[in-house]
Amino acid sequence: MSAPARQDPVSQGSIRRRLLLVQLAGAAALAVLLYFVVLSVTRQVAQQSQDNVLAASALSILGSARVSGGEIVIDLPYSALSMLDSVTDERVFYAIWLGDEFLSGYQDLPRPQRPGEAQPAFLEAAFLGAQVRIAAVERPFSTDLGNEQLSVSVAQTLTGRDQTMARISRVALGVGAGFFALSAVLALIVAQSTIRPLNRLTGAVSRRGPRDLRPVSAPVPSEMVPLVASLNSFMKRLETSLSRSEDFIAEAAHRVRTPLAIVRTQAEIVQRRVRDEDTRNAVREMIHAVDESSRTAGQLLDHAMVVFRLDDLACEPVDLPALVRETVSQVGVLSEMRDIDLILGRMEDAVVEGDAILLQNALRNLLDNAIKYCPPLAEVTVSVRNDGNEICLQVSDTGPGFPEGGKRRLVQRFSRGDNVSGVVGSGLGLTIVEDVTVAHGGRFTIDNNDGGGACARLFFPAS
Amino acid sequence: MRAIVLSGILTLWAAWVSAFEVEDRAVFGPEAAGDTIKVISTADIAYFEPMIRSFLDRAPGLRVDYTVASSSELMKAIQDERQSFDLAISSAMDLQTKLANDGLAQQHFSDVTRSLPRWATWNDMVFAFTQEPAAIVLSRAAFADLPIPRSRQDLIQLLRQNPERFRGRIGTYDVRISGLGYLFATQDTRASETFWRLTEVMGALGARLYCCSSDMIEDVERGDLAIAYNVLSSYAVTRADTDRFHIVLPQDFTTVMLRSLLIPVTAQNRDGAARFADHILSPSFGPEASPLAGVDLTALQAESTLHRIRLGPGLLVFLDQFKKRSFLAEWQSAIVQ
Amino acid sequence: MRFLLIEDSEALASAVVERLHLDGHVVDHAGDLATAWDYVATTDYDLILLDIMLPDGDGRSFLERHRSADASTPVIVLTARSEVSDRVGLLDLGADDYMVKPIDFSELEARCRAVLRRRGGEARNLITLGNLGFDSLAGTLKIGGETVQLRTRELRLFEVFINAPGQIFSKSALVDRLFSYDEDPSENAIEVYVGRLRRRLAGSDVGITTVRGLGYKLEQT
Repeated sequence: MSAPARQDPVSQGSIRRRLLLVQLAGAAALAVLLYFVVLSVTRQVAQQSQDNVLAASALSILGSARVSGGEIVIDLPYSALSMLDSVTDERVFYAIWLGDEFLSGYQDLPRPQRPGEAQPAFLEAAFLGAQVRIAAVERPFSTDLGNEQLSVSVAQTLTGRDQTMARISRVALGVGAGFFALSAVLALIVAQSTIRPLNRLTGAVSRRGPRDLRPVSAPVPSEMVPLVASLNSFMKRLETSLSRSEDFIAEAAHRVRTPLAIVRTQAEIVQRRVRDEDTRNAVREMIHAVDESSRTAGQLLDHAMVVFRLDDLACEPVDLPALVRETVSQVGVLSEMRDIDLILGRMEDAVVEGDAILLQNALRNLLDNAIKYCPPLAEVTVSVRNDGNEICLQVSDTGPGFPEGGKRRLVQRFSRGDNVSGVVGSGLGLTIVEDVTVAHGGRFTIDNNDGGGACARLFFPAS
Repeated sequence: MRAIVLSGILTLWAAWVSAFEVEDRAVFGPEAAGDTIKVISTADIAYFEPMIRSFLDRAPGLRVDYTVASSSELMKAIQDERQSFDLAISSAMDLQTKLANDGLAQQHFSDVTRSLPRWATWNDMVFAFTQEPAAIVLSRAAFADLPIPRSRQDLIQLLRQNPERFRGRIGTYDVRISGLGYLFATQDTRASETFWRLTEVMGALGARLYCCSSDMIEDVERGDLAIAYNVLSSYAVTRADTDRFHIVLPQDFTTVMLRSLLIPVTAQNRDGAARFADHILSPSFGPEASPLAGVDLTALQAESTLHRIRLGPGLLVFLDQFKKRSFLAEWQSAIVQ
Repeated sequence: MRFLLIEDSEALASAVVERLHLDGHVVDHAGDLATAWDYVATTDYDLILLDIMLPDGDGRSFLERHRSADASTPVIVLTARSEVSDRVGLLDLGADDYMVKPIDFSELEARCRAVLRRRGGEARNLITLGNLGFDSLAGTLKIGGETVQLRTRELRLFEVFINAPGQIFSKSALVDRLFSYDEDPSENAIEVYVGRLRRRLAGSDVGITTVRGLGYKLEQT
């Protein structure tokens, strides 16, 4: 029962989709609202225009009334009724009353309440099998019998108005649908642009190298500030914890090596002062043991550091020939001390993606081994080849070569070449080389040259 | 039980007695046929018979019961008495319109009605199937040595120049008794003031007043009349003796009456009525139209001077009692001097 | 040569000082950065040995300040830390070289020589003996007008002899001086190197003579 080391993030919904949905829902609600608003406004307008025509018709009839020879004469204008029928065929009704006396037209036509001359009254009612809109106007009218209200009602069926309403409904529907379509497009754009800073932040963080734990400093929208702040604080804690690991390893190295250094130095002093051969040999053995244990400790710590770095392998282009030159110049002193010639062989341009420190450590281990196991006046040649497909870093020497068939064992931790005696060394060095090479997508081979001597090769994919 | 039956019969009898006045009646089609289409019409049987026959040829098994009545009696039958007719055919556009306006007509939709020109239909209730111009009919004998007047102005001038020759020899509708005459007269006043001048001139020359176009044509043919004003040209052109008179469609404007049909709400054979209506309407319009009117309007006159009486509520204006009273008063003072 | 050793471990420091004395060097020891600065201000050193972990600061800060002060004294860093994380940073900060503790003194000597050689050492340590000129920094012998380049071990062997002309060195003493402790050379190896050195010295007024049963000594002929 062990928790997975790396857990994929659990995704729940999408901000973009949610944003889009919310906006679309809003747009839909607005579109519906717009539909009804447009509908009601234009309906009012349509109703008003119908009422205006009806009122005009009624007023023109009212205006045609006069008294002639003691009698009321109403010269109904032709247009009074025909105007109601000009656009669509409408059935038309009218009624003329003087006070309570019916004068002409349709006696049964319902009369709107309290019409006035200035203020036409309107009514919608059923009449003779159809729904009609009625307008009524009136004015005082003097006859021989006295003053009476002359009132005129004009009614019209609703064919035209209903047609207009239907057209308006379609238009309103179109407006609503158009608004929705436009809003949908806008919503898409808004969602896209809202999500963009998030994508940018994601990009900025994921492009970083594994060791890059600097706080995110690019400006972000205020809503994302808490997230970025938490992210930064998390990275800071991570950095602290990482550097603690590094510090721990460093501290361990310090604690181990300083006492060893004291012992070794004192031993050297004793060695120089004592003449007694037995004592000298004993001290020599002691120094030898100190060296071995310090080297082992060093390699263990190195290996810990390598594993630590491999966990989160940096990925930057490494100029291999440059790295080789630098390493060789540092190791040069050691080879000179043993009269071993360290030679730079063929150096072809090659770039490997990876961690320069680890690659250098691997090469350093190979060179240390070669120098350690080669007799004086031997040659160690380092070369870099790149055939465009594969890059080969080769360390070849004229020493005794590797023990036959023991490569696997050689690479195992703590194993040591068995044909080399008396030389302080540890198989851990080759383990580090192997680990580093594999982590860089390469492979590590060791062979013996035909003319004698060892040949170690690191192969990397060309980038 | 018996009492109830008896009272029913009495009621029917009473209804029949007080009923509208029937001028003529004929039934077409085989007696065995089931469905009968009851038509009430202002047109003579002889005038409409070919149409009925061609319909029955196409629709065997139907009968057409054709009743002729005057336009006012037709109105009375349908509006006041609610008599059951399946189809009402009338030349009285105003009354047809009023029937429809007052909700006494049914709407009718068919491929034929949809193909009608806009002016030939109103509210999908009233459908026009003829265009019959009001013409001036002149006696050839009387105008042997006179120029033929082409317009009302010509006619007024002619009458003023030759008062003695035409005194007592001018005929026109008595608009007080003829619905069609009233329709023509009112429409003339809408179009031009010349109508009143002409009426005054005719009144001054002792114009004779008629009830019907056929009577006027008859008198022209006989030589009693030299001029008949506002005669239905369809009655003139269908006669055999058209060589005895000139038929003039005035060039200032020619009033055109539309004979129309509608299906009353009281119709009991609505489907038959619809079929017959479509049969009547279909040959009236379109490229292969053979108008019942018998007058090829396009051949006679440019469309622009045709004054088609418009179906619609405008016609109701002249049915208003005030309007009618004042119009008749004015007409009377002009013609009866 | 004159060294400044900056190292906080007293025990290690005194051992190192004593050990370097054996090779004839003069060494001042500073236990912290403050003392180190005092020494640097008053004395010219040939080389500074710098420990990284110090009680009053990091050796790196010393390096930085030392380099920004434009001081030319070379610095070799002594580190007890893992090579993997430290090395690049140290060299970037201007250390001339570094060594991982425990110190192999023959390696330290070689590195000092290399550093000084790289710097082109102003005060060249030229020794003349008869017609022989010796440049210990360049590792060259001048015999007559001719320059002979010595290999490292030949050079170190010759240095042992020329620093004490006439003194007799036993084979085992020479082995101590010539080989590091992780090697296991036989005393025959000394005979090989002595043989080589004799060939290099041919034609000069100087020769290595064998003192039977005791060892070898340098003599002017």
